[in-house]
Amino acid sequence: MKYGIVIFPGSNCDQDSFYGVSSVMGAEAEMIWHKDHHLGQYDCIILPGGFSYGDYLRAGSIARYSPIMQEVVAFANGGGLVLGICNGFQVLLEAKLLPGAMLQNKHVHFICKSVYIKTHHSNTPYTNALKEGDILEIPIAHMEGNYYCDNSTYQRLKDGGQILFSYCDAKGNSTDEANPNGSLRNIAGICNEKKNVLGLMPHPERALESMLGSEDGKRIFESIRSHC
Amino acid sequence: MYQAKVYITLKDSILDPQGTAVKGALESLKYQNIPELRIGKYIQLQIDETDLSRAESQLKEMCEKILSNPIIENYRYDLSEG
Repeated sequence: MKYGIVIFPGSNCDQDSFYGVSSVMGAEAEMIWHKDHHLGQYDCIILPGGFSYGDYLRAGSIARYSPIMQEVVAFANGGGLVLGICNGFQVLLEAKLLPGAMLQNKHVHFICKSVYIKTHHSNTPYTNALKEGDILEIPIAHMEGNYYCDNSTYQRLKDGGQILFSYCDAKGNSTDEANPNGSLRNIAGICNEKKNVLGLMPHPERALESMLGSEDGKRIFESIRSHC
Repeated sequence: MYQAKVYITLKDSILDPQGTAVKGALESLKYQNIPELRIGKYIQLQIDETDLSRAESQLKEMCEKILSNPIIENYRYDLSEG
């Protein structure tokens, strides 16, 4: 399988993602420049973490209008897999490929630490190697990860099985203490209705080798591989 | 030429952690009479246009498309020739 990884000005997890999916997971991968107007043949596009356009105005708001994003939106609407990690999640929200918005973290701090997230559904391209209730230890690193949507959107996400991951403690309890950023209902990752677009605040590409503290991120990339 | 001033604020229903932190700082400076403080964005721009209604519809479009995020923010503006 082949990944395409978009580089926006200010992306800083693009090389980590490239290394992770290619050297660790053994997939093919190519970098895609944000000014490109043409998208090659890929099985999955990754919008990586970072600070695209310096997070000016709102995180993801300017990257969303990068030329390549028109192609990414068309790819997603055609059923292609698009994984937005951290800043990539913010770009997906601004591009309206996913519902809701990101607010500043509740305590107005940049948070960089390892957290636990719980899996809610295993019937998606991103979670088929996981079981419902599986707990992953994966790092977060963000300033705006406080997911927000209105009540009717939340209900739609919940009923549609679109909330794939939520912050929890080591035992899987979704408590306020385990919620690092004030995110609505501890939401850490959501997908679209068709389940081909995933936005995830934690960084699975930083949790692929035990020497870095956790290999749990592999489960997400294994899911993508078995789907493709 | 039109001069536009755009004010973007978080919707009332959205918590403003930055505003709450600044309000707390004012309280610690003994300003106890600040029941509410919210932080927004101010954007000043020029629109090279001769017709007011065209300038205004362009400004609204820009506010809704990129300058604000209607899910969490409101916007208002002042627009004047000059």
